[in-house]
Amino acid sequence: MKIIKFLPIIFLYFSLFSSFSNEKNSQLENKIFKNLRCIICQGQSIYDSQSDFAESMKLVVKQKLDSGMSEEEIYIFFKDQYGEWISYDPEFNTKTYFLWGLPVLIFLLGGAIILRKLAVLKN
Amino acid sequence: MKNRYFFIIIVLFFFFFIVLFKGLKNPNVYIPELQKEKNLSRFEASDFYSNKKTSSLDILNDNNFYLINIWASWCLPCREEHDYLIKLKEQNLVKLIGINYKDNFKNAKKFLNEMGNPYSKILKDKNGTVSIQLGAYGVPETFIIDKNKKIIKKIIGPIDKKIYNEILLIIK
Repeated sequence: MKIIKFLPIIFLYFSLFSSFSNEKNSQLENKIFKNLRCIICQGQSIYDSQSDFAESMKLVVKQKLDSGMSEEEIYIFFKDQYGEWISYDPEFNTKTYFLWGLPVLIFLLGGAIILRKLAVLKN
Repeated sequence: MKNRYFFIIIVLFFFFFIVLFKGLKNPNVYIPELQKEKNLSRFEASDFYSNKKTSSLDILNDNNFYLINIWASWCLPCREEHDYLIKLKEQNLVKLIGINYKDNFKNAKKFLNEMGNPYSKILKDKNGTVSIQLGAYGVPETFIIDKNKKIIKKIIGPIDKKIYNEILLIIK
């Protein structure tokens, strides 16, 4: 009899648990969708796009996640197939060193200007 | 001092102007690398007629050149290139594998009855996922696979006379 009393609680526990894990999975899915470019659309991630191509890509991401691939492995797979351009996270290489270096350069330049101004004011 | 700042600003202005102006003229449509050799990744798909699941390893098992062609009955350029595919089949130098992309079975069968069937095997790609495993963009698209199971050429768009001759050169 006691077990019957606890049954709803057990049921609730498991249903909550499963919905929680589902939510976690779809959060990861959405994160990956946002990081992959829809290469036949212009300037959209596959998360934003409803084009045929993007929908198929979303399905492939889901299949890969279900088969146990990690987020990083999925990015590597798509980069292998479509080139680095498909990822919204550009790698650091000879083509992109300017892109990565410029903010640092501007930051240093700004700092130098401020320091000089301060030095001038002190004098 | 002021002159120097002015000079730096002018230089920076021109630098950014030139960079952005050059960027304006670059096409912002993605152009994939077509010449790079790539390993064919393994994929699974169901057979067009029997619906039986098969893997790419079972299909590409001969020591042969293969041509994987993505097609659909609703795709007009596919009709244009179909004659070339039939011609390629008649040369007997290469095995053609068709991937029927997001198509209706009845229409696809009608297409083959009308235009001829150049494929030694046809796979179904109902939701487009098989083509993405291959790294395809849409229809029509053709991959040339060499004896080491490497993609040696990718043709985006229909095969025309020029590309047909190129394919012959490669597989001969």
